[in-house]
Amino acid sequence: MSDVYVIGVDMIKFGRFPERTVPNLGAEAALMALDDAGLTIEDMQALYCGNLGQANAMVGQRILQEIGQTGMPVVNCSNACATGATAFREAWTSIRAGLFDVVLAVGVEQMGKGLLGGTGAGKGIPKEGLLGSGTMPAVFAEAGMEHSRKYGTTFEQFAKISVKNHHHSTMNPKAMYQIETPLEEVMNAEMISYPNSKLMCSVNVDGSAAAVLVSEKKAKELGMARAVKVRASALTSDPYQERDLVMPDVNTCTRKAAKEAYEMAGVGPEDIDLVELHDCFATAEMLHYENLGLCEDGEAGKMIDEGEVALGGKVPVNVSGGLLSKGHPLGATGIANIYEVCTHLRGEAGERQVEGAKLGLTHVIGLGSACGIHILEKVN
Amino acid sequence: MALPVVEYLKIPDEGEPYLEGHKCEDCASIFIGSRNVCPKCFSRDKMEKIQLGNKGKLYSYSIVFRSFPGIEVPYISAIVDLDEGGTIKGNLIDCEPDPEKIKFDMPVEVVFDDALGRKDAEGNSYISYFFKPI
Ligand SMILES: [Zn+2]
Repeated sequence: MSDVYVIGVDMIKFGRFPERTVPNLGAEAALMALDDAGLTIEDMQALYCGNLGQANAMVGQRILQEIGQTGMPVVNCSNACATGATAFREAWTSIRAGLFDVVLAVGVEQMGKGLLGGTGAGKGIPKEGLLGSGTMPAVFAEAGMEHSRKYGTTFEQFAKISVKNHHHSTMNPKAMYQIETPLEEVMNAEMISYPNSKLMCSVNVDGSAAAVLVSEKKAKELGMARAVKVRASALTSDPYQERDLVMPDVNTCTRKAAKEAYEMAGVGPEDIDLVELHDCFATAEMLHYENLGLCEDGEAGKMIDEGEVALGGKVPVNVSGGLLSKGHPLGATGIANIYEVCTHLRGEAGERQVEGAKLGLTHVIGLGSACGIHILEKVN
Repeated sequence: MALPVVEYLKIPDEGEPYLEGHKCEDCASIFIGSRNVCPKCFSRDKMEKIQLGNKGKLYSYSIVFRSFPGIEVPYISAIVDLDEGGTIKGNLIDCEPDPEKIKFDMPVEVVFDDALGRKDAEGNSYISYFFKPI
C-alpha cells in the first residue's frame, strides 16, 4: 500500500458569510488548496466532500460546478462533527487502496446562530427542560462534570482552557476571534450550562478547508519540499458503554482511535509535538488530554494548571485557537485541524509556530458518536 | 386522562406510574426503550421487560441557564444511576441550582407529576418523571 502525503492544504478565514452559499465557500478553500499544491482541478481524480447542513444536496458536485466539472467521482459524506476528518480519511483510503494518486478533500459548513442540539420535539410535547437538556453545552457540561466527579476538576480549571485557546487565536489571522479573554472574564461571562460559560462554548461560524492528498509516487514526482506524510488515520464509532443512552460517550471512541492511530504510526503520545483536538466546549478539551494519552488519567487539570498544553509547553494543544476561538464550522473543522498541523510541520505558522514540530495529531468527535484521528509528519 | 411523556413511562390502570426498561437475559445490561438485539453482547431476542427502580444516585449534571426559546431556566439536567440498574436523564427538582448544593452520588427518588403544564396540539396534558433529593 502506498504511503499518503498532503501536498496542498488551506482554509479560508472563518467568519460569518450569510450572503454566500455552501458550495461557494467550499469552492474557495478547494482552489486555495489546489494553488498550494501547484495543481489544477484537472489533475484531481476524485473529490471527497464533507458537509452536514446540506448533507442531502450534493455539495461536492455543486463545488465542481463552481471550479470545474471534470466528471470525476464525488463522494459526499456526513458524520456529525467528524465530517471533515471522515472526508479526508476517505480520500486517504482511496490512495491506500491504490485507486487514485491525486485526490481532493473538502470540508465546508455554513452555520446559523444559536444553540445546537436539543432533545427534539418528536411526538407529543417538547422534552427540553423537562427530561433534562439535550443542548450541546449541557451535554458536554455533563461529560465534564463526570471528570469533576472522578478527579475533583474545578470550574476554574475548565475556564483556563478557554483562556489558553483564546490567547492562541490572537496569533492566528484565520481564526474568527483574536481577543484575549482573562480568567475572570471567562468565569464571569454569561453562564450557558454550568460549568460552561459563554466563552467556554465553541463559536458557530461559516468556514471551509481543503486538502490535496497524493500517493508516494506522485509526491516524489511533484517534489517533497512542503509535503506532509499521513502517518496514521483512525476512525471509530462508540463501543458500548452502560450510560450511552443518556450520556453520549466521547471518551471510549477517542481512546480506541488514539490507540489505533499510535499503533499505525508506530509512535506514542510522548512523540507528538502538537495537537489540534476537539474543544467544542472547554469541558471537552479537558477529557481529551487523558483520552489521547497526553497525560495519565486524573492529571488533565494539572496539564492546564502548569501550562503544559499552552504554546511553549510540553505539548501545545489547539494553538490555532481551537473550536473555542478559531470557530467550529462543523463539516470544515476536521480538515481545518489538519491545515493547522500541516502549517506547523511546514514551519509556516508564524507567530504561533510550535518550534521544531515534526509530528502532530488531529482529533475530532462527532456526537453520536464518531472519532477521527490523524497523525501527520514533517517530511523535510 | 394524561398521557405518558415518553414511551418508556408506563401508566397502569391501577397503581403508580413507573419507568420500563429492557434487560438482556444473557449479559444483564439494562436499556431504556425496547430493542431486539443487545448492543453489548449481541444476543438476539433475549430482551425482557422490567420495571425500573424508583431510587437512584446522582451521577452527573449540568445547571442549564440558557435553553431554547420558551424553555424556563435555570434547571438542573441530571443523570441518575438507578440503584436496581439502568441510567436515566431528567430534571432534578426541589434542589437549588447551585453547584454548592448539588452533590455527586446524592440519593434521589424518581417521582411522577404533570409535565410542567405542557400540552400538545390537541390540548392533552402529560405525565413526566423528575428526580427529587431524598
Ligand atoms: Zn446482552
